[in-house]
Amino acid sequence: MSGTPPVRVVTLYDDVMNVYADRGNVIAVSQRAKEYGLALDVSPVSLGDRLPADADLVLIGGGQDREQRRIASELAGRGEQLRAWAEHDVAMLTVCGGFQLFGRWYRDHMGEEIPGIGLFDVTTVAPGAGWPRCIGDVVAKSHVTGLGEVVGFENHAGRTYLGPHAAPFATIEYGWGNNGGDGTEGAVYRQAIGTYLHGSLLPKNPTLLDHLLEAALRHRTGTDIGLERRPAPYAERAHASAAEVARHRAPRFDGIAR
Amino acid sequence: MRQRTALLAGRGAGEAARRLGRGGGTALPGLVAGTLAPGLVEALAGQLGHGAVTVTGTNGKTTTAHLLSTVARAAGLEPLANASGSNLERGLVTAYVDAAGWSGRVPRARQRLGVLEVDEAALPPLWPRIRPRAGVFLNLFRDQLDRYGEVDSVAEGWRRMVARGGPATLVLNVDDPSIAQLAEESPGAVVGFGVEDPAVAIEGSEHASDARFCRCGARLTYDGIYMGHVGRWRCEACGRVRPAPGVAARHVELGRDETCFDLSVGGEAVPMRLPLAGLYSVYNALAAAAAAHALGIPVAAIASALGAAGPAFGRQERFDVDGREVRVLLAKNPAGLNQIVRTLGASPTPPVVLAMLNDGIQDGQDVSWIYDADLERLAGRVGPVVCSGRRAPDLALRLALAGIEPAAVDADCERALDLALAHTERGARLEVVPTYTAMLEVREALARRAGGRPYWEREQR
Ligand SMILES: [Zn+2]
Repeated sequence: MSGTPPVRVVTLYDDVMNVYADRGNVIAVSQRAKEYGLALDVSPVSLGDRLPADADLVLIGGGQDREQRRIASELAGRGEQLRAWAEHDVAMLTVCGGFQLFGRWYRDHMGEEIPGIGLFDVTTVAPGAGWPRCIGDVVAKSHVTGLGEVVGFENHAGRTYLGPHAAPFATIEYGWGNNGGDGTEGAVYRQAIGTYLHGSLLPKNPTLLDHLLEAALRHRTGTDIGLERRPAPYAERAHASAAEVARHRAPRFDGIAR
Repeated sequence: MRQRTALLAGRGAGEAARRLGRGGGTALPGLVAGTLAPGLVEALAGQLGHGAVTVTGTNGKTTTAHLLSTVARAAGLEPLANASGSNLERGLVTAYVDAAGWSGRVPRARQRLGVLEVDEAALPPLWPRIRPRAGVFLNLFRDQLDRYGEVDSVAEGWRRMVARGGPATLVLNVDDPSIAQLAEESPGAVVGFGVEDPAVAIEGSEHASDARFCRCGARLTYDGIYMGHVGRWRCEACGRVRPAPGVAARHVELGRDETCFDLSVGGEAVPMRLPLAGLYSVYNALAAAAAAHALGIPVAAIASALGAAGPAFGRQERFDVDGREVRVLLAKNPAGLNQIVRTLGASPTPPVVLAMLNDGIQDGQDVSWIYDADLERLAGRVGPVVCSGRRAPDLALRLALAGIEPAAVDADCERALDLALAHTERGARLEVVPTYTAMLEVREALARRAGGRPYWEREQR
């Protein structure tokens, strides 16, 4: 891969939206790129920073309610550019709170509505007291071609519902997923993925990691240079172990709303 | 009468559990007695002649309570403490039930001081029932989000609890902004403790910091970070600033097994040698010193007692196994693990490490937190690393991503311990870094192999 220009990675608010170790995603992207001999140019963009003119891969993680509120209005101002990037097949991974804010809106438990950027046609409602948080291990089957099984850990109060223009990222086998009711997990729009899975997600889902790197590379070069897939033995073992744990102790999704 | 019946039932249950060998019976009697007589905490707390001190915070509760008990004992008081890890309501009830006689009276109650470590989320409802003389607040880090929910809600619970008043002197870590700002809610006395030594600040910042924002909403400015979000903070927007600590450590020297610093209490300073490693141990010692000071114990007595203190259960305990020195460094969350990384990174020679990751309820079922710790700082500074525990594959992956290729991966505790010992030369050190339930398991294996008594006990004989 020497000779290809560096893949431009933008991490959004990684000093604010960082409660569930989503930083592991950035670490995994960097290490995997190194293994493939790809040069990376990582730009952290936080409150008050300018978005770069272009990007090939965008990453955003989850935050607490307070933190989500802190970034929401600024993120709204960046919505137009982020949506335009998505239209041009920039690869994106938005996790948990980041996923919610990339949807249309998030209504908190007090009924206050926080606007999202509407990149995904999804809406999220945080139910009031008495509703359990959706917490636990997850195994899901992805609808994205070639991705297969994804594993992770979810921890969210909000219930996310897909609108008519949204496609789910995966179907839940074990765990809660978007809302604990319809068996969907996350959302996909072109090369952008929204999900509730952290854990961290990319380190132990090497197929998804390679998929995102490939999409980013495609965006960078304008041609479909497939990566010569390399084995990821540590990642595969961690994946298998997480899947086994989930099958052992997470609730099996049986099509009944919880 | 009802309380007496409850006590009898509780003690009976405790005996039965101990005979059956179930976890020492630390919580069961509390569960039984607490269910039978809900007023038990109040009734028993009210008997203690010297009242009670609560110790809470994400990291350091057990060590701080242990150090405070040591100081109190040296000062002639008789501490009544709850057992390590039993820091929810039923654990507290258990401590009382165990101490109380058949009559429901705590013997020698006049000399007794309750030293109670309390889970950070469990404290607010217990606070008005215990009515502590002093409440120690250590720090607030992200920890087991799957169990507690979000850090913010814990801080909010503390603020409401403190604002309601009560007799307690607040003993606050001024270097942690979310702790220091509790003083704003308190109608009563406050003793602050903190580190006054810019030389031990870290370079750059750690990834896992939780309170980088002020209560006014602005981003905090740091003139030096000691760990996570703990350091010399100020807010340029509203003018809030780290208060000067009344109890402080100056001229801190971090050694491999001990820490030297000047302990200053209200202007009086004494040099001290703490037989525990790491800046986090300095904070625990300062917290214990500040609480002891609030109880009226003189500085010299505090310093000499701290200087002679041993480690708490599973926290820097050392064992001698076949001429190899094995130290156990409990790691429960990113902030704690970062402190261990710093301690290991300062070893004179790269140590052999046995790292153990479990995912039980007490460890946190979500193991993603290992990505928040700066394990990259260990690359090139450790010898062979063996990964173990129920989630050994996750740990091996994390280390590999940090640039540390594991020497071996084996989920089984005994086999992993054998492998790690095989990598350790006679006379050399093996550092064991387990999560909570892994610590219980490996500590038992080590105690058995070492012949029952921990290294430090034999060293002190
Ligand atoms: Zn402020």
